[in-house]
Amino acid sequence: MDSSQILIGLASVLAGAAPLIFAVTGETLSERAGVINLSMNGTILLTAMGGFAVTVETGSILLGFLAGAVIGALVALVIAFSSITLKQSQVAVGFVLALLCRDLSYFLGNPFMGLPGPRLPALPLPALKDLPIIGTLIFNHDLLTYLSFLSVLLAWLWVFRTRPGLMLQGIGERPAAAFVRGANVQALRYFYTVLGGALIGLAGPTYSLSVKAGWKGTISGLDGIGWIALAITIFGGWNPIRAAFGAYLFAFLQWLGLVLQPRLPGIPSQVLQVAPFPLMILTLLFVNIGNAEWVGRTLAALPAPTRRLLYRVLRALRASPPAALGVPFESE
Amino acid sequence: MTRTRLWTNIGFQLLALLLALGITTLVLIAAGAPPLEAYRNLATGSLGSFKKFTDVLVSWVPLLLVTAGLLATFSAGLWNIGVEGQITLGAIATTWVLRELGESSLPPPLVIFLSILAGAVGGALWAALTGALKTFGGVNEIFGGLGLNFVSTALTIFLIFGPWKRPGTGSMSGTEPFDASLNLYLFPGLRLSPWALLLAVLAIVLIFFLLQGTYFGLRLKAVGRNFRAAFRLGIPTWQYMMLAFVICGALAGLAGAMQVTAVFHRLIPSISSGYGYAGLMVAMLVNYQAVWAAPVALFFAALNIGSIQLPIVLKLDSTLSGVLQGFLVLFVLMVEGARQRIMRRS
Repeated sequence: MDSSQILIGLASVLAGAAPLIFAVTGETLSERAGVINLSMNGTILLTAMGGFAVTVETGSILLGFLAGAVIGALVALVIAFSSITLKQSQVAVGFVLALLCRDLSYFLGNPFMGLPGPRLPALPLPALKDLPIIGTLIFNHDLLTYLSFLSVLLAWLWVFRTRPGLMLQGIGERPAAAFVRGANVQALRYFYTVLGGALIGLAGPTYSLSVKAGWKGTISGLDGIGWIALAITIFGGWNPIRAAFGAYLFAFLQWLGLVLQPRLPGIPSQVLQVAPFPLMILTLLFVNIGNAEWVGRTLAALPAPTRRLLYRVLRALRASPPAALGVPFESE
Repeated sequence: MTRTRLWTNIGFQLLALLLALGITTLVLIAAGAPPLEAYRNLATGSLGSFKKFTDVLVSWVPLLLVTAGLLATFSAGLWNIGVEGQITLGAIATTWVLRELGESSLPPPLVIFLSILAGAVGGALWAALTGALKTFGGVNEIFGGLGLNFVSTALTIFLIFGPWKRPGTGSMSGTEPFDASLNLYLFPGLRLSPWALLLAVLAIVLIFFLLQGTYFGLRLKAVGRNFRAAFRLGIPTWQYMMLAFVICGALAGLAGAMQVTAVFHRLIPSISSGYGYAGLMVAMLVNYQAVWAAPVALFFAALNIGSIQLPIVLKLDSTLSGVLQGFLVLFVLMVEGARQRIMRRS
């Protein structure tokens, strides 16, 4: 394998991670506002099927993506309504929707199984695509991949560099304080949950119209991706850039598994494909373990240089969820 | 007063059921299917004959075992979404013992008994891992459990294609079936095992008494309702949470053991068959009350079995049962929220 093949491989990792990026960015925005969208696994499947079906019926790829965003927003609206207005558990409603949307996608998608469908055309950016290395890596993709790059940057800028973004952090961390400062906590939570849902909804069509074009029902290989996206969101510590890093890392590991496959004949291919999952748990453990009380006590007992080093490593990895995540807010 | 409240509650539940049926009917119409014909097939496919009803019971056994276990974790305020993996690890442990001792001179009934016991231990250990990740690692049980579900699937596939592969080449159809002497006794001509049925009924009865009638159950619920208050009252909170995980894992592991010894007679890649997630739905639908778990689980099992013939008869996907179940749980949750909102207003 020479360097140009590796470069093309890495470019395919960036493109292949585009749906994950949408899902993770959408979930990050929703959770920043205090609402967990646990339905992701079902939403991605339903929007993949819906986007594909709409495109097959109308012939328009644009309408397919629009359908995905609308379905994702509607599912998120059900979660927002049930949890914010009806005060039901976000986890319970999200989990039911995860299963319901999955089954709906298989049931309604039955007539569209294996149909030939269009695929989003590549859109190499003139001039930029001829740049050495980054030309191939970044500027030789389709429109949705560029959008995925953009969504990460915009989400990061929005959350950390704007006033409304500061308010978003506020309604997730200390909704009561944000309320006193004049924020309409409930309305903003509705807004960000639905916006995040629309972004998650783009993930499905990005699979079925680009990365894994087509709809093949249960063998589409999309079942489970939403749960991974959920884990990556936590790994990302509710920061869009760190979350994007997690998504690319995951896609890279899966690609690595495919590349190494011929060299490791003893290991079945199905095992290499799932190898990133145990790693995911380990990273979750490292991200969270700094919050555990006994770790602090153990560290305090260690000699100073070791302690300082370990403390720094743990602090770099550590992430705490928004304080009001999953907690309903009452203005009275 | 309490009487009218009971009737309003029943009214709201009926409303949820009607909403779920209504929207599922709309989904059927959207799919171009005759709704009445589809519902009739669901009914005849599950209750149409004595044999079909016993098939419903075959599916009821693992669902009831899992639901019983989940009632323990829900009581402790835990979302044990890792229950799928606990079923799988139970099945793996059972298969392991059957493989190790199957050829030995031990009498087959003893080997079967040991393998089922191993299933319970395997599931309990896997659940304890989720509990340990939560208690000592600060990893929320939902995310730790989900991750471990994937690991358990990977482990199953590795075993089926690796060390436990069929003579020749491994395949997705699973490991080599066990000798018939290692199968749990089935009623003649049926797929139902009296032992499996007995185990499931025993499990839900035990969980009912454990949660309703013992000091342990009361304390477990105290941990679930208010963790801090329970801790201040001197309840060893994290030990109770671990115990809830272990109880649930053991019952889920038994479900896996039943799937191996009484249903599939081998290890297959999708051995948990989604019973863990279905159990979570049943537990939510009965509002975490053990009394209703058995009939509601039977209803879910009937829908699952009834939907099997849909692809052949009506060319519909069998996930229709999941669609109906999903809408039912969703509307029960939403209608309950609406009821509480109306009560607060008045």
